[in-house]
Amino acid sequence: MCAWRRLHRNVRTLRGCFTHGSLNCTAVTQWQPDRCGGLTFCQKLSTGGALRNDFLNELKAQMAAMKKKAADGLPSSNWMPFEINPNLPPETADIVIVGGGVMGWSIAYWLKQKEKFSKKMRVLVVERDPTYSQASTVLSAGGIRQQFSLLENIHLSLESADFMRNINEHLSVVNEDPVDLQFNQSGYLFLASEEVAHIMEQNYNTQRCAGAKVSLFSPQQVKEKFPWINTEGVALASYGLENEGWFDPWSLLNAFRRKAMSMGVIQCFGEVADFRHVKQVLMTKNGEQIDMKTIKSVKVQMLNSLEYQPVECALVVNAAGAFSGKLAKMVGIGLGPKDSLAGFSVPVEPRKRYVYVVHCPDGPGLDSPFLIDYSGVYFRREGLGGNYICGVSPEEAEEPDTSNLEVDHQFFEDKVWPKLANRVPAFEKLKVTSAWAGFYDYNTFDQNGIIGIHPLINNMYFATGFSGHGLQQSPAVGRAVAELILDGEFKTLDLSGLSFRRILTQEPMLEQNIV
Amino acid sequence: FFYIAEHSTALLLYNYIFSFISLCFHFYQHSVCPCPLFIRSSVSFQSLHRCCQRAAVLLVARRHWGSSSASPPSLVSRSLDFLARRFYDVEALLNWKSRIGKDQLRKKNFYYGYTHKLYGPDIASAYYILNLGGGFRFVGQSEWFRADSRGKFNWDFLNYKDTPVEEVDMSHTIINYVGLSNLERQPLRTLKVQGCPEVDDWFLAGLHKFQDSLEELDISHCPRITVGGLAALRNLRLKHLNVSSLPRISSPGLVIILLEEMLPQCRITAHGYDLSQPQVGGEKPEERLEAEG
Repeated sequence: MCAWRRLHRNVRTLRGCFTHGSLNCTAVTQWQPDRCGGLTFCQKLSTGGALRNDFLNELKAQMAAMKKKAADGLPSSNWMPFEINPNLPPETADIVIVGGGVMGWSIAYWLKQKEKFSKKMRVLVVERDPTYSQASTVLSAGGIRQQFSLLENIHLSLESADFMRNINEHLSVVNEDPVDLQFNQSGYLFLASEEVAHIMEQNYNTQRCAGAKVSLFSPQQVKEKFPWINTEGVALASYGLENEGWFDPWSLLNAFRRKAMSMGVIQCFGEVADFRHVKQVLMTKNGEQIDMKTIKSVKVQMLNSLEYQPVECALVVNAAGAFSGKLAKMVGIGLGPKDSLAGFSVPVEPRKRYVYVVHCPDGPGLDSPFLIDYSGVYFRREGLGGNYICGVSPEEAEEPDTSNLEVDHQFFEDKVWPKLANRVPAFEKLKVTSAWAGFYDYNTFDQNGIIGIHPLINNMYFATGFSGHGLQQSPAVGRAVAELILDGEFKTLDLSGLSFRRILTQEPMLEQNIV
Repeated sequence: FFYIAEHSTALLLYNYIFSFISLCFHFYQHSVCPCPLFIRSSVSFQSLHRCCQRAAVLLVARRHWGSSSASPPSLVSRSLDFLARRFYDVEALLNWKSRIGKDQLRKKNFYYGYTHKLYGPDIASAYYILNLGGGFRFVGQSEWFRADSRGKFNWDFLNYKDTPVEEVDMSHTIINYVGLSNLERQPLRTLKVQGCPEVDDWFLAGLHKFQDSLEELDISHCPRITVGGLAALRNLRLKHLNVSSLPRISSPGLVIILLEEMLPQCRITAHGYDLSQPQVGGEKPEERLEAEG
């Protein structure tokens, strides 16, 4: 009898786990009383239960399909007899933003934010890589600092830090999680040698006047605060106390994107193949002919397909990052005779930069700032497990090839490690765990951003050429471009110094940095 | 209820709006089953105003606890989510409610420029602290000035002109980064912001203003502080630091060790963490290996 009971228990648990596991499994084993009065284990041969269930499910599916067909037939449905690719952009848009990185989405957000009451402005953001695998935004080291020498740069960074401090006021969406940038408030530490110490002092004064919280340290103070630094050769150091550090660029991009899309910005994954423009010929005082172009429509080609959609637009914003120069060439900028206005191309080209992730168990702890040495090498802490991110800007003559994003590991051995180990002796024992490369949208003219409308094109705005500072300045630049478009002039920050004018008059606004 | 909401906007009755709003506030305050509407319809404007004021802290606090906690959202918040996704007016009401909470926060944390001009920076800081519901102690005095639970306080502190504030206890208030500017000129030695829902990493970075004088800091139970903000504490010369029960720190044991390395002269108190977790995980595979072998 106990054997029967045990078997009964086993079967019951087995049956239990079968029915829990699969929804439609019907139990076919049952206890049937046999002729002797005891219980026998026997198979139920009828499978009527299963068939009945299937019939009901099929009936339900048929009813749902009929309901859908009827709803499609009614006038308010979206049904069309021709299959239209749902990923195509709309046929008309008010503003087309080319480039879906943090700059493009920041501009899209601010455009919608400023136009609160008229929700009739249609903003389209065109991005050619849905995975963002080569986008400079996500491959960036993610630092933000106010230690620049140009006032415009300092103000842009300060305003962006203010924006990030109140990011949930700006970018929170109802019923969604609050934005978490994972901001590390560790500050930047710049080390200067004897030759450049005076530049650092000048910059410190400018930064202080502009409102950045920076302080200068002597080598002894640096040794006191950061005992793991080798202060040989350091004459002066500048440390940011507040609003400086690093954060997660992907979170910022997604926050901008989520909020902008909740406000009605349309996202399209496609590549801008061509612009259709009309020309207006003007004569200058000297008799020179200038062609003023007005863009009428943008031809957006779908990814991996010949299908395209011409989007008629009023304005185009070029936020294409490293590829802005190429995009501008499509409209004909830079293709004129060399000594005329039309000969000036947009001086933005991609430059490859390597970032190496290293692991060092005895490295600096929680207090390590984003250290930038006067030799150009930099590193910052990543996480809590003894991982660090480091790199160096290569010399002008040794710029790596930009046709791909392959990493040169020999570069680390030759250029990064010796200088790093010299500055931080603990880094003599480290292991490179990972590396990646990203493009800078390098402004070959003066390595600072270009913000504003192009003088030869009536309706193309530029927000590009930030040469590595685009991410940290993106919220403020987005607001500036939105003001330029909607109000016609800069309202909060005066960035007219960063306009195209300086390129046409060949007056570079160079950063007097120590690196 | 659904029918009215769907066909409303312009046709909503005034006391319907009020009852709905007070219902929402009461939900957030008490989290009980919804009360019948006819009881709420007789709520007067003053009690609504008082609700708003009391609810400001809770609204702001709840919003963040809700998203970071692992427990499923309550029936009330789920039903509000459901409604907000379907009806524009519910979404607008929810936006309006959160905006009221934020406005309350901003108004309380304004820079007290007028008081500063009339009475000087010390009295302005003292007034700010008392207004928010905190307590402080002047330099050289031994008695603490506090606001009681109803927000009333003694105006005797006006007698102590030109005495800076030395110790500040702003626990469980809505102090934030902007409000910190009200305490700027004070040589603070002790700052307690236990359980403040608005104290976040930027607030900690802003504490660099007190780097010369601050010795004791209590930031326990603050729901918004993460490791990134704790890294900013390296600028201060702390002697006592209390980082107990910070919910957003993922690996507390490691963080405490790193903090101790970063602040060698500081005594760190860190209760309320379950530090046994990593050891349990590490033992299990070994046990399994032993059983197999």
